[in-house]
Amino acid sequence: MNATPSALLLTALRHASLVLFVTIIAVFGALAPKFLTADNAINVLIQSTPTGIVAVGMTFVLLTAGVDLSVGAIMFLSAAIAGKMLAAGQPLPLALGAMLATGLGFGAINAFFITRLRIAPFIVTLALLFVGRGLALTITQTRAMNLPDRFLQLGSARVAGVPLPLVVLGAVLLVAHVVLMRTPFGRQIYALGNHPANARKAGIRTQRILATVYLISGLCAALGGILSLAQLGAVSPKFGEAYEFKAIAAAVLGGTSLFGGRGAVFPGTLLGAVLIQSIESGLVILNADPYLYPVITAAVIFLAVLTDSTRHTLLARLNRRRIRQELPT
Amino acid sequence: MSTAAAVEFDGIGQSFSGVRVLRGVSFTVGASRTLGLVGENGAGKSTLMNILGGNLRSDTGRMILRGQPYAPAHPTDATRAGIGLIHQELNLFSNLTIAENIFLTSFPRARALPWIDQRTLHARTAALLRDVGLELAPDTLVDRLSAGERQLVEIARALSLDARLIIFDEPTTSLSARETGTLFALLRRLQSQGIALIYISHILDHVRQLCHDLVVLRDGAVVAQGPIETFSTPAIVSAMVGRNLTQLYPTRRGAPATEPALEVRGVSQPHIVCDIRFTLRRGEVLGLSGLMGAGRSELARILFGLDPCSRGEILVSGRPLAGANTRRRIERGLAFLTEDRRHEGLCLEASIADNLALASIRSHARTPLKLIDRTGWQRAISTIREAVRLTAKAEDTQPAQTLSGGNQQKVVLGKWLLASPSVLILDEPTRGVDVGAKFELYQLIMDLADRGSGILVISSEIEELIGVCDRILVMSQGEIRGEFSRPEFSSERLLAAALPRESPA
Ligand SMILES: Nc1ncnc2c1ncn2[C@@H]1O[C@H](COP(=O)(O)OP(=O)(O)OP(=O)(O)O)[C@@H](O)[C@H]1O
Ligand SMILES: [Mg+2]
Repeated sequence: MNATPSALLLTALRHASLVLFVTIIAVFGALAPKFLTADNAINVLIQSTPTGIVAVGMTFVLLTAGVDLSVGAIMFLSAAIAGKMLAAGQPLPLALGAMLATGLGFGAINAFFITRLRIAPFIVTLALLFVGRGLALTITQTRAMNLPDRFLQLGSARVAGVPLPLVVLGAVLLVAHVVLMRTPFGRQIYALGNHPANARKAGIRTQRILATVYLISGLCAALGGILSLAQLGAVSPKFGEAYEFKAIAAAVLGGTSLFGGRGAVFPGTLLGAVLIQSIESGLVILNADPYLYPVITAAVIFLAVLTDSTRHTLLARLNRRRIRQELPT
Repeated sequence: MSTAAAVEFDGIGQSFSGVRVLRGVSFTVGASRTLGLVGENGAGKSTLMNILGGNLRSDTGRMILRGQPYAPAHPTDATRAGIGLIHQELNLFSNLTIAENIFLTSFPRARALPWIDQRTLHARTAALLRDVGLELAPDTLVDRLSAGERQLVEIARALSLDARLIIFDEPTTSLSARETGTLFALLRRLQSQGIALIYISHILDHVRQLCHDLVVLRDGAVVAQGPIETFSTPAIVSAMVGRNLTQLYPTRRGAPATEPALEVRGVSQPHIVCDIRFTLRRGEVLGLSGLMGAGRSELARILFGLDPCSRGEILVSGRPLAGANTRRRIERGLAFLTEDRRHEGLCLEASIADNLALASIRSHARTPLKLIDRTGWQRAISTIREAVRLTAKAEDTQPAQTLSGGNQQKVVLGKWLLASPSVLILDEPTRGVDVGAKFELYQLIMDLADRGSGILVISSEIEELIGVCDRILVMSQGEIRGEFSRPEFSSERLLAAALPRESPA
C-alpha cells in the first residue's frame, strides 16, 4: 500500500545531503549550462580543497560536541608567518613547516584551556580567533603581502596528472576516515561525543582525546591555509575570514551533528565542502549579487539541518515501533 | 589457587558536600566467593562499588586486592587489576555497535598496525554474545537494543575483561524472567571458574539463591555480615530497614467506587494493541499483568497520548479525550510514571525541586504575569518530599542524578502526586526500590486511590500485583486475555493467561 512511498521518502531522508547536492547541481546546471562542464567541475573541486580540509579537522571537534572557531585565524596567522619568512628569503619547506607548527601550536593552546582549565570550547576558540587575527594583522601591518611564484606553483602542480590540492585533500580524507572508523581512537571519539560522563566511566582517557582533537583541527586549519595561499598567492587582511563558518557548515551539511557523536568525514564532510563551493561558483557564473551569497548559503544549510532533524524524529518513531503481533488479515 | 581474599575493604568513608554517605565500611570478599550486598535505597552500595571501580576516590580507608594494596585513580586501573563493574545505570554508547561497546578500551589490533582487527573483534564478540545468550550480530547498533539486551551487552563487556572479580549492581532490573534465568546460569558458570562476585540486588530471593556471604549496609555502615545461611529473610529485611517489617504490603482500607475514572473502548493500533476495553473505577487499583513485550507499556503510552491509536475511544471521568495531546491529558487529570525513569521520567541535571514541580508548576503561577508564587511552591515541595519520604540527606537544589536509584523513583512519583491526578498509570513503579520503600510506595498508591483516583499498575512481579490490586487484567500479544478479581488471584492463573497462544494462522 503506502509502504513504497514512505520507504522512498526514508531513503531520500537517509541520504539527505546527497539529494541536496544533486538538486543544487541540477538547478545551477539548468540555469547555466557552463556550470556542468568538466572544467568547471574540476575547478569547483580544487577550490573546495581548503574548506574541505579545514572541515575535516572541524568534524573531529564537532564529533566530541565541541567547536573550533579559531580555524580561520589559524589560517591567517600561519600564512602571515610564512609570508614574512619567504620575504626574508627563507626556503619554502621551512615556511611550510612553520605554518603547520603554528597550527599545531594554536591547537595545543586550545587544548590546554579546554582540557586543563575546563573552559568551554566556544569561549576558548572564540578568544583565540581574535588573538590569532590580531597577531597576524600586526605581523602583516594590515597590508596585503604577495608571495613568490614558488608558492603559486604549489597550487598548479600535479602528481601523476592529478592536481596537487586534490591529492592532499584525498590523502587527508583517507587518513581521517580510517582514523575515525577503524582505530580505537576514532571509535572512542564517537563514544565521548555520545556521552562524556559515561566515556570516562568506561575507562576512556577523555581529556587526552579532547586535546588530540583540537590539535588535529589546528593542523588541518594550517594545511587548509597552505592550499588557500597556493590558490590566491597573496595574504590579505581578510585571508581565512569566515572559514570557521564554512567549515562548520560543510560538516553539518554532510550530516555531522553539533551535539556530538554523529557524522563522518567521508562522504559527509567532503560533500558538504563541495556543496558550499558549488553554490558559490554557481552564483559567480550566474553573475549574482555577491551580497546574496551568504544568504543563499545560509538558506541551504538551514534546509539541510531541517531535513536532518525531521529525519531523526521520523527514524526514531519507526524504530520504536517494533511489531508486537501479526495482524490476521 | 591463592587463598588471599578477592578484595578487602578497610574503613572506607565517603562524603558528598558534607553529607556522609559511607562511614568506616570494612568487609572482605573471600577468594572465589560470591558476596551479596544489600541495603535500602541510598545506603551507599553503588557509591562503594564506584570506589572499587575507580570512578571515585574514597575520603578515608583503603582497599586490599588479592593481598596487594589497591588505590585506583581511574577506571582503567580497576580494569587492569582484573575488576569488572556492571553499573546500575547502563553505560553503553547508543551510536556504536555491540562489538565496539564491548571492546571500547581494549580493541584487538592487527599486529603492530594502528587499526582495529575487525575479524578478531567480530569473532570474539560473537563468542561473548553466545556466552550471555544474546542472539544478535556483533555489528548491531546498540541504539536498536531493548533495555534487557543492553544489560546483557554490559555483562558481556565485563566478561571480555577476563576479570577476577565482577560486580553486578542490580543487573536484573530490566531483564525478563527468561533473561534472568540465562544470567543466573552464567553467574553459576563464573562461580565454578573461581571468579569472585559481588551481587547487589533488592530481590532477596535472588541474593539467597546466588550468594555465599551477605553484607547489609544501612545508612553507609555495615550493620550485619556473615555466611548467607545464618540469615533468615526477615532478619535481612529488619537489618536493612532498622525495624521490623511484619508485612510486605499495606492493608487496603478503602474500596472502589462505582463511577468510572478511565474508560477505554476498543483502542487499537496496528501491530501494537488490538481492541483494548476496560473500565477503571474511581478509587480502584487495577493491575496490568503480562510478560515482557505483551504490549502493556505500549498501551500506557497510547493512553497518555505519547503514541497514536488508530481506533477506539478513551474517556476520563466520563468525558472523551478525543485526540487531546499529552499536555491536555495531564490537565484532564492523567498521569503516567514511565518505566524508564532516567530518560523519560527525570531531568537528570535539573534539581530535585525542579523535577518535583515539573507537572504542577502552572498551578503555582499567580498574577497576570504568571510569576511563580515561590512560598506556595516551596511549601508544596516540602510537603511532597515528606509524603514520599525522600531521603532527608538530599538538598532541594541537588541535581536529581546524584540521588540513589530508589530515591529518583520517589521524585518521579512525587511529581505526579503534586499534580493530584484522577487517573495515575504506573509502569513498573518499584523497579530498583528497596523493600522498605516499596511498602511506603504501595501505601502512597493506596492512599491516592482512597482519595478517589483510579490507579493502573503495570508490573512484571505478579506477587506485587496480587498484593496491592483490587482487580488484575492480563495482556498478551497486544490483547487483553483475562480479568481476575481479588478472590480469583493466583500466580498460576495469571501466568497461564499471560502465555502467548499459538499463532492463529
Ligand atoms: N555525586 C553525588 N553528590 C551528592 N550525593 C551523592 C552523589 N552520589 C551519591 N550521592 C548520595 O549518596 C547516597 C548513596 O547513594 P548510592 O547510589 O550509593 O545508594 P545505593 O545504595 O546504591 O541505592 P540504590 O539501591 O537506590 O541504588 C545517596 O543518598 C545519594 O544521594
Ligand atoms: Mg545503587
